[in-house]
Amino acid sequence: MSKKEIRKELKVSAIENGTVIDHIPSHSVFQVIRILNLAEYPNQLLVATNLESQKMGKKGIIKVRNKFFVPQEINKIALVAPSATLIIIKDFNVTEKKQVKIPNQVEKIVKCFNPNCITNNEEMETLFSVIDKKDLKLRCRYCEKITAKNNMTFF
Amino acid sequence: MKNKSLISINDFTPEEHIRILDLAEEFERQPTQRILEEFVVATLFFEPSTRTRLSFESAASRLGARLIGFSEPASTSLQKGESLRDTIRTISNYSDLIVMRHPREGSARFASEVSTVPIINAGDGANQHPTQTLLDLYSIRKTQGKLDNLNIAFVGDLKYGRTVHSLVMAFCNYNTTFHLVSPVALKLPSSVKIHIKDKKLTYHQYTELQEIVPKADIIYMTRIQKERFSDPLDYEKVKNSYVLKKQMLEDAKPNLKILHPLPRVNEIAIDVDSNPMAYYFTQALNGVFIRQALLASILGVVS
Repeated sequence: MSKKEIRKELKVSAIENGTVIDHIPSHSVFQVIRILNLAEYPNQLLVATNLESQKMGKKGIIKVRNKFFVPQEINKIALVAPSATLIIIKDFNVTEKKQVKIPNQVEKIVKCFNPNCITNNEEMETLFSVIDKKDLKLRCRYCEKITAKNNMTFF
Repeated sequence: MKNKSLISINDFTPEEHIRILDLAEEFERQPTQRILEEFVVATLFFEPSTRTRLSFESAASRLGARLIGFSEPASTSLQKGESLRDTIRTISNYSDLIVMRHPREGSARFASEVSTVPIINAGDGANQHPTQTLLDLYSIRKTQGKLDNLNIAFVGDLKYGRTVHSLVMAFCNYNTTFHLVSPVALKLPSSVKIHIKDKKLTYHQYTELQEIVPKADIIYMTRIQKERFSDPLDYEKVKNSYVLKKQMLEDAKPNLKILHPLPRVNEIAIDVDSNPMAYYFTQALNGVFIRQALLASILGVVS
C-alpha cells in the first residue's frame, strides 16, 4: 500500500473487528444504511462519503464494528451499490475481501413500479425475482410486471 | 392438480394444459354430472364480469356444487375497508375453492398465499386470465384438430390485451407462426415477444388486417378501446381499420376459424356471424367445459 492510499484510508478510523463496506457510490451511501437498517445499529458505525477514489471518482465507505453480515443480508445492497467491496476485519487485519452479488430474489426493499399492483394497495411485502442482473430487471411475484433500474424506488 | 391454485397460465405445465383439455372434452360429451355435490365453491367478483362469473357458476352448478359469493364489491365488507387478506381468510373457511376476479394486478397470487383453499384466478386487473387461455386452447384444438404448427393471427389491441399475452405465451410451446396485426401504438410488448424469440419461433407484424386473412388458420380478434389512446384523433384514424367483414373472408383457408374473447363491439361485422368460420359464440360455450374440468381436477374428484 502506498503512503497516499494509507492516508486516504485513515480518514475513517480503523475498526478492530467487523465489516468494512468499501467502494459504495457516494450517492448510495444513505440508501445502503437504510437497506441494512444500520440507523438502528447499536454498536460503533463509521460512515464517510465523497471520498476520493481512483476507481470511482468519489466513493463512500461504511465501517460496522462487530458485525459480520450473512450473504442474503448484505447482497441486497448490490441493487444500489453493485461496485461495493466487503472487507472482513479481525484483530485489525483484513481476513477476507469479496464483491457483493446481485441476489436471485429481492424481498421487501424494492417497491413495485406498477401503481395498480396489489403490493401497493394492501399491507404486504414485495417479492421480485431478478430476471436480468446486468441491466437490473426485477419481475414482481404478484403483478408479474418488470421493475427496472430507471423506475426502481426503495422503501 | 389436486389443491393447486391456478393464477397464471404458466402455473400449469403444458402436459397439465393438455390434461385439462382432454377432461373438458369428456364434460362436453356429458356436461351434467353430480360429482361435486359435497363441495362449496365461492365466486368472489371484486369487479363485475357477468360473462365469466356465470360461466363458472354454470360449470359448478352442472356438477352439483353449491355456490356462495358476490358479484360486485358494493355488497361486501370491502365497502367498510376490509383488507383482501381478511376477506380471503374468512371466505376460505366457508368454501372448498375460491374463484376470484379483482381489479388489482397480483391480487390472485396474494390471495393464494393467504387462503387455505385453492384459488382460480378469473382475472386480476390487466395481468392474467388463465381460464380464458385454456378455453381458447380448447377451441383451437377442437376446430383444427391439433395445436402444433398453426398460423395464428392476433388482431387489434395487442399491447394491453391480457388474453392475447397469455395465449401467445401458451402457443410458444407449439411451434406456432404468429401474425400480429395492430396499430403501431398498440403493438405486442417486447416482454411478450421475448417468449416467442426464446423458443426461436417466427412472428410477422402488420398494420393491415386484409393481408393476413389468406395465411391464417385462426384469427383472434380483440377490441380496440378508445381510452387506450391519448389523442382521440389517433383512435378515430384506426377504429375502422381493424373491422373484420364477411367479404374479406373470400380468400381465407377453408379451415379458418374466427375467435374473439367477447364482448364484441364493432370489430367483427354482424354479417360474419352466419359464416361457418365464425366461432366466437361456441368459444364462449367451451368456457363452461374448461371450467368444469378445472373445478373437478382441483377439487380432486378426477385426476
